[in-house]
Amino acid sequence: MAGTGTAHLRAPEDTLLRVEDLVVEFRTRGGTVHAVSGISLDILPGETLGLVGESGCGKSTTGRAIIQLPPPSAGAVQFEGVDLTRLRGDSLRQLRTKLQLIFQDPISSLNPRRRVRDILAEPMRVWKRGDAQQQEQVVRETLDAVGLDPETALDRRPHQFSGGQCQRISIARALVTQPKLLICDEPVSALDVSVQAQILNLLQDLKARYGLTMIFIAHDLAVVKNVSDRVVVMYLGKVCEVAGPDRLYAHPAHPYTEALLRSIPVPDPAVRPEAQTTLAGELPSPVDPPSGCRFRTRCPYAQERCVHEEPQLREVAPGQYVACHFPLGGAHAAPVRVEVGAGVPV
Amino acid sequence: MSRSDDRVEVRAQDTDGARGAPIPRRRLLEIEDLRTQFRTHRGMVRAVDGVSFTLDRGRTLGIVGESGSGKTVLARSIMGLLPKRNVVRTGAVRYEGIDLLTTSPEQVRDLWGAEMAMIFQDPMTSLNPVQRVSAQITEGMRHHLRMDRKTADATALALLREVGIPEPKRRLRQYPHELSGGMRQRVMIAVALACGPKLLFADEPTTALDVTVQAQILNLLQREQRERDMAMILVTHDLGVVAGRADEIAVMYAGQLVEKAPTASLFANVRMPYTEALLRSIPVLDAPSHTRLQAIPGRPPDLVDPPSACRFAERCPYVRDRCRAEPPPLLEGEPGHFYRCWYPVGLSSPVTLRSQPTSGNSGGVR
Repeated sequence: MAGTGTAHLRAPEDTLLRVEDLVVEFRTRGGTVHAVSGISLDILPGETLGLVGESGCGKSTTGRAIIQLPPPSAGAVQFEGVDLTRLRGDSLRQLRTKLQLIFQDPISSLNPRRRVRDILAEPMRVWKRGDAQQQEQVVRETLDAVGLDPETALDRRPHQFSGGQCQRISIARALVTQPKLLICDEPVSALDVSVQAQILNLLQDLKARYGLTMIFIAHDLAVVKNVSDRVVVMYLGKVCEVAGPDRLYAHPAHPYTEALLRSIPVPDPAVRPEAQTTLAGELPSPVDPPSGCRFRTRCPYAQERCVHEEPQLREVAPGQYVACHFPLGGAHAAPVRVEVGAGVPV
Repeated sequence: MSRSDDRVEVRAQDTDGARGAPIPRRRLLEIEDLRTQFRTHRGMVRAVDGVSFTLDRGRTLGIVGESGSGKTVLARSIMGLLPKRNVVRTGAVRYEGIDLLTTSPEQVRDLWGAEMAMIFQDPMTSLNPVQRVSAQITEGMRHHLRMDRKTADATALALLREVGIPEPKRRLRQYPHELSGGMRQRVMIAVALACGPKLLFADEPTTALDVTVQAQILNLLQREQRERDMAMILVTHDLGVVAGRADEIAVMYAGQLVEKAPTASLFANVRMPYTEALLRSIPVLDAPSHTRLQAIPGRPPDLVDPPSACRFAERCPYVRDRCRAEPPPLLEGEPGHFYRCWYPVGLSSPVTLRSQPTSGNSGGVR
């Protein structure tokens, strides 16, 4: 899965955001951490892009690198035709109001000492949008939109709300600057299933109401399937597979996607979880990633070629792109498999 | 769990020396009307409010509920892991016939680790950060089993190998921060298993882990449990986690059990509207993308002053007048299947006939 390549990108003039060959590296005492190694992705206006993978696969780093927190080590991030990596200072800050981030832990991402009224008005005060009265009007409307009663919520502090309500406040705060792109980083992972459903539904409603484009980062494939129009599966800083959710879940082409799907616990006692093969081992160190395909050390189908050659993203079915030398099943992928499998270069 | 049951059944027979007719399982744990209350400035919080159940040796009970339903407090009340101050525990917790609520703290401490052990959600904060892995695994064996250092070290090495840790020798000398989350949870499991407990509490053991690691850890727990004929109480908010792994499931809501049944019959015939709502709120892989999720409206009640009638009434799509007037008892509606509802899902006897559900999502059962 090395997953470099840009075969899955669409015409630049159609996209709201286009990320090309994004590289994020952190220098540490133990060596350079290759957090993201050459990722490309794009989003059409109004689309929801799901980004999935295990912890440490670089999905959150990708989300943060898009808004230049911190700026990537290499690569381009085109937002409405402007390359964010070339912007500095005020012009970058100005543009960032159009890209907002929602974090995993709703309670720690709100200042516990401030009232909801101030938390929500802050972005508008910073950008001097309207007078105090207009700001309060926006705050009230936004609170209402996220399903909180402005009358009771305005003068309370975060600790007086439940986790789900705090996440609603975080969402409201992200919305007051009228962003175009909302990057949601595991927005429901810290919530109960029942509350999770409320927040997911809310995000869908808000997307329609405010005409938002979303990047939805999560490790739960069922959640990602529910919200996404297109899904990017990541592993150790690389892209494995890109496809529409229904295609991806019905016919995963990458062995890693298949393994992820198999690991999901199913609320059905007839499904014997132990009978399903799960992925063995753990994520290799991003300081010293495996050569060739990065997934090969855990891949049940790995062969000699995977050690030496990094697979490139290529289309195996309409709209489905995979970075694997030996993609799984399906009529589209079969010829490749037979041909290569017969004469593996050793 | 038909296959695993058979194995355990055979084992139980062997140890009891009974041949021929299968003997009934031995009762390990008996909880009777357990109530745990916390004294706060707002009044008494009734975190666990009259819970009763039994657990036999080698069986797995899944306890499911939202945050604040009392499932963690229940597990801790049973084990006696709550502070003394401002906590009131009443009822009975009988472990192999001994009432743990009336035994001295010293005696209860002798049971911890040796007889019953617990695995917590966050493996980072539940391991000692300044002790090597080896010391944490051997501590219990040296104390409870009076093992000498050499034997304990050898056992620790074998345990690490058993829980699937690569390079166990090197890991023994490491500190928790040098391990990944999945590794730490495996170490926690090794610590818990060290003295061969008969009862293992696993409190959200995989919630902090990735799905792939979650599957590994759950498989490991299940294997260990089977091989050691150990009973397990698996506490989780995710019905998917317990579906394939528990023999019996108890659903908790607002401090009470609201439904309890063998796993297969619970999923086949959900009776409690709360359980049904929980199941429906989970995004399913089989559903097409952008399927609207059926969230449960509202929030669980305040446990300082819970509703006097049905505690789920305010959020229930099928609520009727009686639900707000009389508290429903936990009744055994079908053999082994208990539920706390006046108008159980899927039943249509005259008393339980309901008005047409307004949401139209009942699937036409009622």
